[in-house]
Amino acid sequence: MPERDVLLEVNDLERHFDVSPPALERLLRGKPRLALKALDGVTFSIKRGETFSLVGESGCGKTTVARCVVGLYRPTSGHIVFDGIDLGRLTRRKAMAPIRRRMQMIFQDPYASLNPRWRVRKIVAEPLVTHGLMADKAELRARVAELLEQVRLAPADGDKFPHEFSGGQRQRISIARALAADPEFLVCDEPTSALDVSVQAQILNLMKDLQRRLRLTYLFISHNLSVIYQISDRIGVMYLGRLVEVATADRLFAAPRHPYTRLLLETIPRLDPPDGALGEREPVAGEVPNPIAPPSGCAFHPRCPSANERCRQERPSLLAVGGTFVACHAVQEGRLPPA
Amino acid sequence: MRNSEPLLKVENLRVEVPTKRGTLVAVDDVSFSIAPGEVLGVVGESGAGKSLTGAAIIGLLEPPLRIAGGRIALAGRRIDTLPYEAMRRIRGKEIGAIFQDPLTSLNPLFTIGHQLVETVRTHLDLGPSEARARALSLLKEVGIAGADDRIAHYPHQFSGGMRQRVIIALALAANPRLIIADEPTTAPDVSIQAQIIALLKRLGRDHGTAIMLVTHDMRVIAETAHRVAVMYAGRIVEIGPVRTIVEQPSHPYTIGLMASIPRTAGRRDRLQQIDGTMPRLNAIPQGCPFNPRCIEAFDRCRRERPDLMAAKATEAACWLYADAKQPAHA
Repeated sequence: MPERDVLLEVNDLERHFDVSPPALERLLRGKPRLALKALDGVTFSIKRGETFSLVGESGCGKTTVARCVVGLYRPTSGHIVFDGIDLGRLTRRKAMAPIRRRMQMIFQDPYASLNPRWRVRKIVAEPLVTHGLMADKAELRARVAELLEQVRLAPADGDKFPHEFSGGQRQRISIARALAADPEFLVCDEPTSALDVSVQAQILNLMKDLQRRLRLTYLFISHNLSVIYQISDRIGVMYLGRLVEVATADRLFAAPRHPYTRLLLETIPRLDPPDGALGEREPVAGEVPNPIAPPSGCAFHPRCPSANERCRQERPSLLAVGGTFVACHAVQEGRLPPA
Repeated sequence: MRNSEPLLKVENLRVEVPTKRGTLVAVDDVSFSIAPGEVLGVVGESGAGKSLTGAAIIGLLEPPLRIAGGRIALAGRRIDTLPYEAMRRIRGKEIGAIFQDPLTSLNPLFTIGHQLVETVRTHLDLGPSEARARALSLLKEVGIAGADDRIAHYPHQFSGGMRQRVIIALALAANPRLIIADEPTTAPDVSIQAQIIALLKRLGRDHGTAIMLVTHDMRVIAETAHRVAVMYAGRIVEIGPVRTIVEQPSHPYTIGLMASIPRTAGRRDRLQQIDGTMPRLNAIPQGCPFNPRCIEAFDRCRRERPDLMAAKATEAACWLYADAKQPAHA
């Protein structure tokens, strides 16, 4: 069977959370049910061997996408297609298991994601045991040793407990565990956000090396734009449950189109602030609105300097403009030229 | 303004933790000063001792941590030996604190107006209506829109960024001369982070407040601070003007740290990294604590601990600069 070029397709994904008041309050005070649309029609695809990243501020839905993709959340609607297989159709655990083995997740907090009572050996071997991939004890031991070496830990570290390791080393253990069952696809949710910057560089370099060596495909989630820039091939910018811009890393940083992307890029603190900038560069005001009652039309319009009547009423779709996909009336109408 | 007498002077500060297996030194021989209106950034990895240094200054070290040596002086007055009650009066009045977590720094049961007025009246001799007026002007100062209504709201009615502003307003309540801000920008959103940075900068400029800004984020320091102290394994390894530290650092650790910050221009195949990890407190190597990870390390580095010494345009605790032979704290 020929390999598909596209490994993951996400189509019009929606995920709502019920945030209604308690039943009694609804009954007595006539309060309505409330749904928080964490994802409101998200569409993207990831090519084999590619690193696709989602970036956005807290609450924009990027982690919800990750959790839907690996099956930790069930989508409210929409499709997730992995290597040609629509995951929504696999309702039985048994049918899902072979897919599960092929995609793994790395979590943000290396302190919370490793069982403190298990030795590292057992943690790393868990996917192999769960998927019944290795019965022979000696074989399992050898595989764990190999995995630990792959993430630049010593095979002897397998005898230790997680608390004996630093944050960066723990994240290496998480990566070794994720790689145990030989997956093709890794979902990495803020894998370096809890780490110090010098350790962050070690982990990002390790992830790049492993990607090359093992032909991995990454869905990478982060709020840190400079990390995203360095690790990604393509980037999707999210705002209030929607993708507002998708472009290659180089294009997104060189020529951001959506006003929100521009705002994000402008607000990264700079290592080389221009002379006399100390105290002068006043940032754009405003905050992400309440996701339970998102603004009408384009969700960004209350903060957008280019918003007009159409933006307040009609929701823009993600359309190709130049080499970028952007959901913005102003850009699509040509009202907002490239920066 | 910035070259006047230092407002805060820390000399040879040592913070220890007694444990069953002996005493660990968490902050080791740390000296620095901050002038009025100056923002000193303190940067380092978690466990480098930067937050403990801040906690020691404000007298909030949690036992069994204790100050085991050195002196801390605020406007010429020694404060590290003050009895608890006297220190409590200084805290809030002369030294304001902004901590990382905006939720735990506010009492959920009282309106923010109540908390502000209470703080104002604790430290300043003001009547109820004057205190309320001051609370209102503080909220406006930190950029809370609709302060007249918001003053009657409870903490949970504010977003994360707004809560962080309320914390800053509380820290400013008594017009302190020094603010210790520990990771104040670990806010949820980048746009809010930028707003908080602007706010801190304005404080130093408009009120002459001295600010000790503790953070692991060198970008925040580059935008906010005048000078930077880089901490590693409980010690200051380099201190100097912010631009120099960013552009021409001297200490090999600082050089590695700056190079490992991901840039937003020029994509690299690999980021620069420093191999290894910072030693734990119970395993700090002899000599320079950075020597096992240092690519420049030579014999002396493994034997003898370097003090801060003049190095290019900063002061660095590194034997590479021993030839300059200038004592650091003259």
